[in-house]
Amino acid sequence: MLRIGSGAGFSGDRIEPAEVLLEHANLDYLVMECLAERTIALAQQQKSHDVNGGYDPLLKKRIKRILPLLVKQNVRLITNMGAANPIAGAEKIIEIAKELNLPCKVAAVTGDDVSNLIDKKTTAWESDRTLSTYEPILSANAYLGIDALLPALETDATIIITGRVADPSLFLAPIVYHFNWSRDDYEKLGRGTVIGHLLECAGQISGGYFADPGKKDVPDLANIGFPYSEIDSDGTAVITKVEGTGGLINLNTVKEQLLYEVHNPAEYKTPDVTADFSTVHMKEIGENQVQVWNGSGKKQPETLKVSVGYHAGYLGVGEISYAGSNALSRAELAADILKERLSKHIPDLRVDFIGVSSVHRTHFWNGNPYEVRLRIAGQCPTEEIARLIGEEVEALYTNGPAGGGGARKRVTESIGVVSSFISREWIKPNVSLKEWGINETI
Amino acid sequence: MKLYEVAHSRAGDKGDILNLSLIPYDEKDYERLREKITASEVKNHLQNIVQGEVIRYELPHIKAFNFVCHQSLLGGVTTSLSMDTHGKSLSSALLEMEID
Repeated sequence: MLRIGSGAGFSGDRIEPAEVLLEHANLDYLVMECLAERTIALAQQQKSHDVNGGYDPLLKKRIKRILPLLVKQNVRLITNMGAANPIAGAEKIIEIAKELNLPCKVAAVTGDDVSNLIDKKTTAWESDRTLSTYEPILSANAYLGIDALLPALETDATIIITGRVADPSLFLAPIVYHFNWSRDDYEKLGRGTVIGHLLECAGQISGGYFADPGKKDVPDLANIGFPYSEIDSDGTAVITKVEGTGGLINLNTVKEQLLYEVHNPAEYKTPDVTADFSTVHMKEIGENQVQVWNGSGKKQPETLKVSVGYHAGYLGVGEISYAGSNALSRAELAADILKERLSKHIPDLRVDFIGVSSVHRTHFWNGNPYEVRLRIAGQCPTEEIARLIGEEVEALYTNGPAGGGGARKRVTESIGVVSSFISREWIKPNVSLKEWGINETI
Repeated sequence: MKLYEVAHSRAGDKGDILNLSLIPYDEKDYERLREKITASEVKNHLQNIVQGEVIRYELPHIKAFNFVCHQSLLGGVTTSLSMDTHGKSLSSALLEMEID
């Protein structure tokens, strides 16, 4: 029996649920998935300004709180908080270990940075454009899999820190390592990938992104417990959480997460295996306990996916509200004015009416809203042009329809991400060890 | 009756592709949904949101469906001008569908 916890599901996730797991779940491993596609492009930019930067901005805060518990409970941490610079991340962890006077060995996994290896003449997966048309390209990172992680697990490092690794592989690697599964036992690798996929978004399987009062009630969401799994050597797993924490794990939460961000469920492709989720069975075996079994799989894809970050210009956004009788008509008049003023500078403008049709870009309901917030957005080649959007929205105070209030404007740099593929033979993963205090008396 | 009464859904995104799971509260409703909630019905219901093809996958062991909707996120999360760049709220759009 192996016990793996999920301590973070995105870069800004809460820290205390990971602490609760370490204190009470008797874990063997804790995984913290903190690296969104765009985050690594931002981190790469940071590294280009500072060679010792480029790791997760919350690394220091997280490690300070987590490391004492890892040492006390003898749990190993696997995390992609290395972002664009896993070695600098490992060095930072050692610095924190010294401050806390705790012995620590860290294994940094590198080799995902393929910015010097990608062929810019290849076509992006999302479009029919070649990568060269997306210049300036900021980053290119291949999704590494368990082949890159297993050598790090074979060291006795307490913490394994990586850059871009496929999220389920962060969980599959310790399972394969612990049970000594064969690298071509695709059925088992498929089962382990199911477990990784279910756990990788942390709170999303234990009641988060789920509650709907009266239809899908979830107790004590403010204190949601993150999930962990008890895994058998055949890949059967129980998904559960620490008793007394908030949230909910039942068939419905597990089904929703099984299909989250999945296309063909019979062919979920990772660097390790083409997993088959369509054969999965599940059963509630107790309160907040769901057993999952019978996943499957076949050989992994020939190529590895590469995430390419590029500079996409500047996003300008402006908003203003109208309320009371005829609010929507006044917001529509404001939209017409903005389009006439801005479209000659910004061809690709988007107008939405918040409270009516903004999130779905349409609506399935008819009625007069009491208040409407107009939002206008556009991608612009320069910051100066992007600023025009907010300036024109503000100008509506004195030059627009009656009763416009609460105007806000912002301009943000846009980092776009497209995908490509790279041959496996180009990828050379490496493990670097950093340690402090291991053989000394403390 | 709305689909919302009998089923729940979660949205996920990858690039410009949106996926929507559809899970009946009562597993006995699976066959009925299989008959009524076809890919073309979903495409018709989401015609102002989904510009591309809709493919339905069936998961009979867990009594669930997965709808994969192409060209649905104004280009995808990183450069979309949409309010909801991920399309996370679009599960609720699916559940607004009428069912007999």
